[in-house]
Amino acid sequence: MRPVIPYVTAALLFGLGGYGVLRRRNAVLVLMAVELMLNAVNLILVTADTTVRAQLPHSGQVFALFVIVLAAAEIGVGLAIVLQLYRLRASVTVDDVPLTEPPGAVPAGATAGPASPPSGGPATDAPEGEK
Amino acid sequence: MTGADVLLLALGAVAVGAAALVVGTRHLVRAGLWLVVCLGALAGDYLVLTAELVAWVQVLIYVGAVVVLLLFAVMLTRAPIGASADLDRPGWPAALIGGGSGLGLAVLLVHAFRWSRVDLPAAGTADRLGEQVFRSWVLPFELLSVLLLAALVGAIVLSRVDIGRPGAPHGRRRPAGGPPARPEPAGAMATVAEEGGRG
Repeated sequence: MRPVIPYVTAALLFGLGGYGVLRRRNAVLVLMAVELMLNAVNLILVTADTTVRAQLPHSGQVFALFVIVLAAAEIGVGLAIVLQLYRLRASVTVDDVPLTEPPGAVPAGATAGPASPPSGGPATDAPEGEK
Repeated sequence: MTGADVLLLALGAVAVGAAALVVGTRHLVRAGLWLVVCLGALAGDYLVLTAELVAWVQVLIYVGAVVVLLLFAVMLTRAPIGASADLDRPGWPAALIGGGSGLGLAVLLVHAFRWSRVDLPAAGTADRLGEQVFRSWVLPFELLSVLLLAALVGAIVLSRVDIGRPGAPHGRRRPAGGPPARPEPAGAMATVAEEGGRG
């Protein structure tokens, strides 16, 4: 087995993933590109398990399993954030997220979002309006 | 070139080609489906590299769960069927950084390994990997389970609308909670922003 073949595959996958993260505007596609980068790291770990004779056998494969679990956790939280963003702004374009907006200014847009009816009055009618 | 090399080359070509389509296609749903092809080819790579358990876990968790979640999110965000024109931003910096890191790493690894060959070790069956996980790596394993639990609870809290919002149950219990309910949104949104920063 020539280890250079899977190593180069992993390097190219990592480059493609990085390209996708920087290029894409849709948050779900950004998450897909992140998955590509994580898989490149997994391929490196599994290949290194065959080339490096470590003290503990199969350490690379154990680490690959750990990375898969981390990716599952990451995708769960990431998709929750993406869906919350969609609920707040009706769009998942990462370019449109204002990073400099003060946190107090966001809920005004949140209560006047697409799902809730416009409530121009004071906050007393907010509980009925939300439910 | 042995049979394993030919298989690795073919599966690697499929994986890289499918990955290029994932980051290049204009159809949101097709990107998810090409991701399935890429991850499946990688699972084949793991099988050739004698990592049996990792290959099947890859098929189960990545192809079975992660891609389904991603497609689920594509549907929930009302993605259009067909090509979308505004998926990409201008690509020069991305191509520069992605191509630079990918090709640079490839050159580095080719320089390090040349055309050397190694013998494949004993297969990483569930038996052997389980022994390693539950003997040498048991503390990271338990930590990971706690982390997974925390991440999933966090995801649930993030997606529930009625936790820590103005219309939350504790706000509703107040009689005519007008002015006291005002400081609530800042705190709630700060928590969301903090979670986003960490994720």
